Amino acid sequence: MKSVILIAAMSVTTILLRGLPFIVFRSKTPKYIAYLGRMLPPAIIGMLVIYCLKDVTLTARPFGLPELIAGACVVLVQIWKRSSLVSILSGTVIYMVLVQAVF
Amino acid sequence: MRTVSQAFYKSVPVLAGYVVLGTGFGILMQNAGYGVLWTAAMSIFIFAGSMQYVGVGLLAGGASVITTVITTIMVNARHLFYSISMVDQYKNTGKYKPYLIFALTDETYSLLCGGDVPEGADPDLYRFLVSLFNQCYWVTGSILGSLLGAVLPFSTTGIEFSMTALFIAAFTEQWLTTKDHIPALTGLLSTLVCLVLFGRENFLIPAMLLITLVLTLLRSREEGAV
Repeated sequence: MKSVILIAAMSVTTILLRGLPFIVFRSKTPKYIAYLGRMLPPAIIGMLVIYCLKDVTLTARPFGLPELIAGACVVLVQIWKRSSLVSILSGTVIYMVLVQAVF
Repeated sequence: MRTVSQAFYKSVPVLAGYVVLGTGFGILMQNAGYGVLWTAAMSIFIFAGSMQYVGVGLLAGGASVITTVITTIMVNARHLFYSISMVDQYKNTGKYKPYLIFALTDETYSLLCGGDVPEGADPDLYRFLVSLFNQCYWVTGSILGSLLGAVLPFSTTGIEFSMTALFIAAFTEQWLTTKDHIPALTGLLSTLVCLVLFGRENFLIPAMLLITLVLTLLRSREEGAV
């Protein structure tokens, strides 16, 4: 029963966080918010990249090399093929090989 | 029908990542003593990846409601920013709007924040289906993890990189399609600075505030140009 309440608390809080800006800016979007709407997406994706890499340790083996190599692979394949599917798949496979068999 | 296949194609890059991360979540839940119904309920009603991972610990540790609410706000505060940047795009989406807002995860956001809709697609239905497909992958993955996590025949170590790869690919793609790289660089550098200053546990909220501050200060740059 306790778990049901906790799950409900997580659900409702998450919905409120996602919904709040839509309620606050319901009538008309202020220019400043519209500006943020254009500028935030690339910045937040940059932030998420760093967020995913936050636990990489650069000062001890393997010095972040698996992430660096696999990440570079994703960038290069994306530039080459322009397909997220191909770049994500190849980067992930390379990373799995690196952490399981090389480093 | 065309919209369905276009939305499916758009969502495919998330498929692998969500099934894998969802499976990881299902395995964690199973190990913590929570079966498939609990796992499915969380993936259906919360649908926030990192929060659900944190939530396993809260459930297993018997956290209080207050702790749970505060932790959820800390972990999910970034969604405020996603929503702020989607206010205009989701403005007139009618009956799809509640679900679109509910399902605005990191990954759905990274697919839809560009605002582009394929030719011939119904824009609202397209956004709805991309969101819905993503949640289907997430729910399916978590149920799979709950049911067969312990008997996987091969090592999945490192498969979590698919999510990192998803964001790197999205970052590269937006870099290739835009001329103005200032916002992207602002995001990278502000986050790095905050990671160094605040440490890996607490840097996300400061990073968002710094990004918003820098972009706000840069607004005069844009107005000067227009």
